[in-house]
This record gives sequence, structure tokens and C-alpha cells, in this order.
Amino acid sequence: MAASSRAQVLDLYRAMLRESKRFSAYNYRTYAVRRIRDAFRENKNVKDPVEIQTLVNKAKRDLGIIRRQCPLSSGIKSHAQGLQQRQHAVGPGCAVWKGCGMEEPSPKIMGHLNL
Amino acid sequence: MPLRAPVQTVTFGQKGLHLLWLHVPSKRLCPLEPSFLRYHLNINSTPSAGTLSPSPLPPFTACQVSGVVFFPLRFDPSIPYTYLTSSQIFPSALWMPCVHSCLRSYLATPFHFLSVGDHAPQSAVPADTAAAPEAGPVLRPLYMDVQATTPLDPRVLDAMLPYLINYYGNPHSRTHAYGWESEAAMERARQQVASLIGADPREIIFTSGATESNNIAIKGVARFYRLRKKHLITTQTEHKCVLDSCRSLEAEGFQVTYLPVQKSGIIDLKELEAAIQPDTSLVSVMTVNNEIGVKQPIAEIGRICSSRKVYFHTDAAQAVGKIPLDVNDMKIDLMSISGHKIYGPKGVGAIYIRRRPRVRVEALQSGGGQERGMRSGTVPTPLVVGLGAACEVAQQEMEYDHKRISKLSERLIQNIMKSLPDVVMNGDPEHHYPGCINLSFAYVEGESLLMALKDVALSSGSACTSASLEPSYVLRAIGTDEDLAHSSIRFGIGRFTTEEEVDYTVEKCIQHVKRLREMSPLWEMVQDGIDLKSIKWTQH
Repeated sequence: MAASSRAQVLDLYRAMLRESKRFSAYNYRTYAVRRIRDAFRENKNVKDPVEIQTLVNKAKRDLGIIRRQCPLSSGIKSHAQGLQQRQHAVGPGCAVWKGCGMEEPSPKIMGHLNL
Repeated sequence: MPLRAPVQTVTFGQKGLHLLWLHVPSKRLCPLEPSFLRYHLNINSTPSAGTLSPSPLPPFTACQVSGVVFFPLRFDPSIPYTYLTSSQIFPSALWMPCVHSCLRSYLATPFHFLSVGDHAPQSAVPADTAAAPEAGPVLRPLYMDVQATTPLDPRVLDAMLPYLINYYGNPHSRTHAYGWESEAAMERARQQVASLIGADPREIIFTSGATESNNIAIKGVARFYRLRKKHLITTQTEHKCVLDSCRSLEAEGFQVTYLPVQKSGIIDLKELEAAIQPDTSLVSVMTVNNEIGVKQPIAEIGRICSSRKVYFHTDAAQAVGKIPLDVNDMKIDLMSISGHKIYGPKGVGAIYIRRRPRVRVEALQSGGGQERGMRSGTVPTPLVVGLGAACEVAQQEMEYDHKRISKLSERLIQNIMKSLPDVVMNGDPEHHYPGCINLSFAYVEGESLLMALKDVALSSGSACTSASLEPSYVLRAIGTDEDLAHSSIRFGIGRFTTEEEVDYTVEKCIQHVKRLREMSPLWEMVQDGIDLKSIKWTQH
């Protein structure tokens, strides 16, 4: 198999960043974007083609992980954490409930509603 | 409680109106004024021709948008009510999906209310049910308590999922492929854990967590050698499970020396040497303290113990995967590992038990002889696969994480210390794991500061002692004054903590400490130059 070209590596980088931005949890999203950027930056001067191929294979595996985990993380809805730009929360809009002093819905219960 | 909810469609009156209702256990309902329901569903309270007048409405609640009405079981369906259905208020295209989703979730889950859609309640909602509804959804706090537990790394979850879904075999089943593949996964995880600490895979035993590992190490070693060796040594700042195991051994007739720590939190090596007796079987010192983040000189302690032929156990739950550890370089004989402190799953841990020279341990848990007879019980494949993946990820990310966490930790401490006077960092600043910062804010009560910082998840001590009212025994052991011990907060920085979270925490902390100090009479007195130690407080 031919060694990965610069264009392929850049495509992979863009694809990984694109997929990472779909994490709904703030901490996972920011970590993934930051880690991918730092890892590609750190390895940008690697010249040995075998090493490049190893790194590219690892990146492809990680891209697969991100692809599988993103829908999982966003499918289980939870109240958003502070600092999240996109609010995925299913808020306790039922005023009826708030008045009676019951606890808020747990994400486990609300999660499968797929609202 | 599981809900059996019969769904009935009932036809009332002449016009053939339909009402959909679900019977629910009444005690879960919150009584609501009938006027609300009347407003939304346009209920006639006056009798009209051909229908009977309704009796006073029983307590019920309504889900605003869907128009489904939940009645208590006590409700007598034989009493006819004249209601217009919500399909006459809302278009049915909007109503039916809401009803379906309500039903689906209602029947599937234990009782809970649902909020469907974002309709703000109308002004007919009586004042006692709610204050004005919040502008947006409720936000959860930022997580800055990584010493208590850590979130699962997505890579760890990805490794665990196949073993939770398809590959569910018992790893001890020898006769079929389900067992073989589970066993292969378990052994692979063992290798991953072993390579993180520089051990051989045969020296790793999977347990249910660091608490069980500590119990096995301390009680197991002490009991095995009980005929000739009756003494153990530990420190005063150990985790509760270590101290409690030692206490139970004392009841069995062992002697335990609890070494004091210096003001920095580190033990005095000369005191340790002096404490070792001819009949000492075990020394137990934790690597990184979970409350103050202090790193003990493990390599030196290992050297001392191996020269005096005493076994050395270390509780490395907070240290594994965060600082480099090698059991051979540091001459460690037993080590406890916890899964959920290194971005792995909760409910799993491991113990490292040296084979050369062999450390003999009496098993605490009897059973089928799994895990070399030292910990019987089915090994939970998904959890140990998660632990193995967490260890592998930690090994790859250790340098990057350590650099980042050090930088964020510096930032937090510098920003707080330069804006606030009278802040003390507990623990030695040099031999310190940067991700665990314990600060004492003078003249501020710790609990009230924690309550004020309600949008940041913090703690004032270790999670297992947070229920008691006493200040932490670790802070007492390092000689903190009583008042400073009460005002200490532990900040945890982990792999997923961002710069914005740290900045936000710092800003809020400074703001609330200033506010609480303004309210404090002690602070006023200090500002006036009075020395608090010289005050004679009168007794009432």
C-alpha cells in the first residue's frame, strides 16, 4: 500500500475534527478537538514513512471510535453543563412538577424519549 | 415503582367526545387546581343538556401540551365528565405524537413526569406550583472533583461495548467460544494493566476496586504471616479503607503503628526506619494522597523496606496512569489500582502482588479459585476490558496530560493567590501531584463556600468522609489549624478539564470568597488589626 500522502493526512485531520465537533458533551468535545489538533501538530515533522503509516492507522482507528461514540453520547440526553454553547437539555418545562418539590427528571428517564 | 397503565378511550355525551387517560398511583401526583385543566382543555363546569354535571374534580395533573390527563386510581370512571378533548384545542398532528411519546415512556419506565415541548405555562397556573419558569433549561455544574471519580474516556467505552452487547460469555467457561473470547479479552486487559506499572501479567489480580485491593493486601499479608509477624506500619493520612483494615486487624491481636506526617504531608523516613521492628510484616503508604495531592517518596520507602525485608504496599489509586510508576524500580511488593480514578469504569480495580520474591497472601473471598485463588468470583469481562483500555490510554497520554494539568494547576493557584489574601495551599508544593489542589481560605467557612459555588462541582475533603461534620483527618494530621481545616476546598483538574472551566472556577471563587469575607466579623476584626489568637472568647 502506498504511503499516505500529505493530502490524505490532511483529509483525515479535517474528518476527525468534523466528527469530534458532534460530541454533545462539552468536555468530550473540547478534549477531542484539542487532542487531535495537538497530536497532528506534534507529529507534523515526522519523515519516516513507516512511522507515518503507523500514526495514520492509529488516527483512522480513533476516527472510527469518534464516529461510534458521538451518536451514543448525544443520544443519551442530559442537562447541559454550564459553558456549553449548544444546549441539548430537555428542560423541566413542566411547571406543574416544579411546584411540588419533586426531583428533576433524571437523564436516564428522559434519555430514551429522543426529543 | 413499575407502572401498569391501562389506556382507555372513553366516549362521553352526545357529541362522542374522547378522553384519553392513564391511571397512576395517586401518591405520586401533585395536586393541581382544576382551573388549570379547565383553562387548557376547556372543560365545562356547568351542566349542559344531555350530560350530567361533574362532581368536584379529584386531584389530578396535566401535561400542558399533550393534553393527556393523568387521574389518580381513586378516581371513579363511572362519573361522567364533560370535557372537550385537546384535539379540539391543538391540531391533532401536534397532539397525537406527544400522546404517543408520553404513553411509550410512561409504560416503559417507572413513574415519572414528562415535559413535552417548551410551552411556558399560561397565567392560569396558580402561584403555588411554580415561580416564573426559568428562561432556559437547567444547567449542570462544571465538574472539578476528579479525585472523587472521573468520567469514562470515550475510548474506554468503545472498548467495553462489544463485551456488554455481543461477547457476553463468562471468561471461566472453558468449553465454548463465548468463554474463550472473554478469557482472551480478560488476559489482554491484564497485559495492558501490567505494562502500565512495569509488572508481569501473572502478578495482576482483578478486584472490585481499590478498597477491596487494600483489604486483600493488608489483611491478606498480615494474616498469612500472623504466626511470626505481628506488626504493621502505616501513616495517618491513608485512605479510610486502609485505616479501617488496620483497625480490624488490631482487634485480631496485631499491633499497628500509625506514622505521623510532617507539615508538608510527607512522612519522615527516619521515623519509618525507627518504627520497623523485627516482627513487622507490612508497610503501607499511599503514593498520592487523594485529599491534598502530596506525593510520598515511594522509591526511598521501597528501598528501606526491601533492605529490612519488610513487604511494601502502596495504595496507588490516585497515582496510576498519572505519574510514572515502576514496581521494580520502586521495589513495591503490593499495589492497589482503581478503575474509576483513571477514566475507567466504576466497580473494578486490580491488585499487583509480586511473584519474585513471592508475596504470600491469604485469600479473603472463598469460592471457585479464580484469579489464582486470591480473589474468587467471576471476573467481570466488560469492566476489566474497560480497566485495561483505561490503562493503555493513560500510558499513551500520560506525558501530554501531565503537562497540561500542571499548566492549568499553575494558572488556578496563581490567579487565586494573587487576587485573594490569606489563602493557604495544604500540602508540600514541591512533591505534589498538580491535579489535586487543596486550598484553605481563611475567615471563610468551607461549606458555605461550596454552597455558594453551586455551579461548580467541588468537594471539601474526600468523598467517603464528606458526610461527617468533622474536618478531614488528613488536614488534622498535617497540623492545620482547626479554623483553616474547616475552610478548605479541594479542586481537581483532569484530562477533560478546559481552560475556560478553570477560569470560571477561579472567577467565581474569588467573587464568593470576597463576598463571604465581607460578611464575616472575624475578617472585620483582622482588617482592624486585631490578632484573633489574642481574643478571649467568653463562655456562655
